[in-house]
Amino acid sequence: MSRVFKFGDAISTDAIIPGRYNVTTDATALGKACFIEARPDFATSAQAGDVIVAGRNFGCGSSREHAPVAIKAAGIQAVVAQSFARIFYRNAINIGLPVVQCEAVYDAVADGDPISVDVRSGAIETNGKMFTGETPGPVAMAIMEAGTLIDLIKTRGWAAIEEVS
Amino acid sequence: MGTLTEEIFSRRLGRTVHAGEIVVAPVDYAMAHDVTGPLAIEAFRKLDVPLWDPERVIMVFDHILPANTVASAGLHKIVRDFADEFGVTHVFQEGICHQLMVEKGFVRPGGIVVGADSHSTTYGALGCFSAGFGSTDIAVTFATGRTWFRVPETIRINLRGQLPPGIFPKDLALKVIRMLGAEGANYLAVEWGGEAVEAMSVDERLTLANLTVDFGGKAGLCEPDENTRLYLGDAEVSDLHPVAPEYRSLIEVDAETLEPQIACPPAIDNVQDLSTVEGTKLDEVFVGSCANGRIEDLAIVAGYFKGRQVNPRTRTIVVPASKQIYMEALARGYIQTFMEAGAIVMNAGCGPCLGRQHGVLGPGERALSTSNRNYAGRMGSPQAEIYLANPSVAAASALAGEIADPRRVTPSPTLPTRGRETPASLPTRGRETPAAPPRGRQVAGVSAQ
Repeated sequence: MSRVFKFGDAISTDAIIPGRYNVTTDATALGKACFIEARPDFATSAQAGDVIVAGRNFGCGSSREHAPVAIKAAGIQAVVAQSFARIFYRNAINIGLPVVQCEAVYDAVADGDPISVDVRSGAIETNGKMFTGETPGPVAMAIMEAGTLIDLIKTRGWAAIEEVS
Repeated sequence: MGTLTEEIFSRRLGRTVHAGEIVVAPVDYAMAHDVTGPLAIEAFRKLDVPLWDPERVIMVFDHILPANTVASAGLHKIVRDFADEFGVTHVFQEGICHQLMVEKGFVRPGGIVVGADSHSTTYGALGCFSAGFGSTDIAVTFATGRTWFRVPETIRINLRGQLPPGIFPKDLALKVIRMLGAEGANYLAVEWGGEAVEAMSVDERLTLANLTVDFGGKAGLCEPDENTRLYLGDAEVSDLHPVAPEYRSLIEVDAETLEPQIACPPAIDNVQDLSTVEGTKLDEVFVGSCANGRIEDLAIVAGYFKGRQVNPRTRTIVVPASKQIYMEALARGYIQTFMEAGAIVMNAGCGPCLGRQHGVLGPGERALSTSNRNYAGRMGSPQAEIYLANPSVAAASALAGEIADPRRVTPSPTLPTRGRETPASLPTRGRETPAAPPRGRQVAGVSAQ
C-alpha cells in the first residue's frame, strides 16, 4: 500500500528542489535532492509508489522542470493537491508524473496514512474513505495516455492535441 | 473581439478565439536559459528532428554567470554544444533573459513568445502574449515552432489615479498580490490598465508584467501605446486594444493612497505596509533582477547613494539587468556612485536572486531584495529571511542597515535625471537600445526639480 507524505500550502519549486541542487539534468541526482532542505528525510524515506498529498498552490514559483523530475525520481507515484500552480501542473503531466487536484482529501489524511490513487478516474481511497479528484483535461489525458509529451508528439504530432481541442 | 489575449490569439489563428478554447498556435520565439535549457535540449534530442528555426530559438546564460562550479560549467557546455550543432545564433551572456528578450527586439506587441522561465510573463508589458513553460514544452516548440494553449480568461486590474512620490510599480504589484493572494490569477491572464499604467514608462510596466506570475498569472499584459512605440523606436506598431472584452473579474486599485509595500518572509503574498517592518536589521540588500534591475531602478538607487555610505554591516549588491543597462549606468556615473557608497557591483545577470551563485544568505541572515521571490531557501539558507521591496526602499535600507522608509531620506539634488533619456554618447543599435519614452511619471526624489 502506498503511503502519504503530507505537505502544506504554497510548496514552491524552490522547496522541492532548491536552486543549489538543480545544477544537473540527472534524474537520479535530482531525486536524491528532492525536498533536501524543506524535509531532509524525504528522499531516503520515500518508497516507490508513495503519494504526496498537499494543500493549495503546489509547485508555485520557478518553472524548473527539475521539480517534478525530482519527485518522480524519488519514487512518488502521484501528487494529490488542493490546487497546483499552472506551470508545475503542466510540467508534471509532460514528464509523466501524475497529478490529481482534490480539495477534500487533504483534511482526511495524515503523514504515513495508507492511500491509493487512480490517476485517470481521480478516485482516491484512504482510511476507508473514498474521494474523487478532478479528472484531467483532454490534453493532459492524451499526454498521460501516451506517457509523456515527448512520446505523444513523437508518435502522433500536434494532431493528437488538435483533435481533442 | 475580446480581451487583449483573445485579440492576440484571434489574429494569430485568423479566426475568432474565445477564452477557454484549447489551441495549437505558432509562436514568434522560444527562449531557454542555462538552467532550463539543458533539460529542454535533452528532451528536444529525444524527438530526433531538426530544429524548427535556429533564428527563433534564444539561449541565455544568466542564472549562473560566469559558471561558479564544475557542474554549472557543464550545463553551459550542453547549451553551447547544442547551439553550435543546430546553428543557434541568438546566444547571449550579457544579462537576464527577460531583459534581453525585450532589448534585442524579440518582443513585439501582438506577438506570442514562450520562455522556459516563469518570469516570461514580463514581455506582456509591450502587449505581447508571453508565458512561462517548463523545459519539455519548450523542447516541443524548438522542434515544431508551436505549442498548445488553453486561452485564458482575464482579470482586468485598473490602477486609478497616479502614483504618489516614493511609490513605484513594485508597490502596486505587491498590493495586488496582497489583495488576490499568491494564486489569485492561477491559469488566468491579467490586463494591467488605468491611469497609473498609462502614465508608466515601458520599464515600469515590465515590473508589473514580471510580477504577474507571482500571483499565478499565465500572462500579464498592458495595451501597447505611444510609450510602447517610442520604446521600440517603431511607429508601425499596430493598434491592439481589448474590444468589448468580457473579464473574469475587474479589480480597482487606488494608486494615490498606496504606501510602500513589503513582501515579508516566507511568501510573496505575506505583504505588509512598510511601517510594520521598519527597523528590521538587514545583512544584505540586493538591487537587481528581472523585476527591478533596469536603468530607472538604478537611477533611483543612485539618487539615494550619491555622497553617502551604505551601512557597513550590510552587504549591498547591485546587479544591472543587462550589459546595456550596465553601460548606461556607467555613462551616467551611477556605477561610480554605487562603488563610492560601498556597494558591490556585479556582472549583469540574475545575481543573488536564486541563491545559486554569488551573494548567498547564511543561516539566520536577513535580506531585502528588489527581486520577486522570497520563499525559504530561495537566496541561500532555508533559515534566512527575504523581504521584497521597491528600489527606493532598498536604497534607504542599505544606507540604514535596516528596513527604512525612503521618504525620510533626502535624495541627492545633484542626481542624474531619471532614467529616460539615453545619453547620446551611448552606442545605439536599432531596437537593441531601449529607446526612452519621453513622458510619464517622474521618479520621485530622483530628479533635481
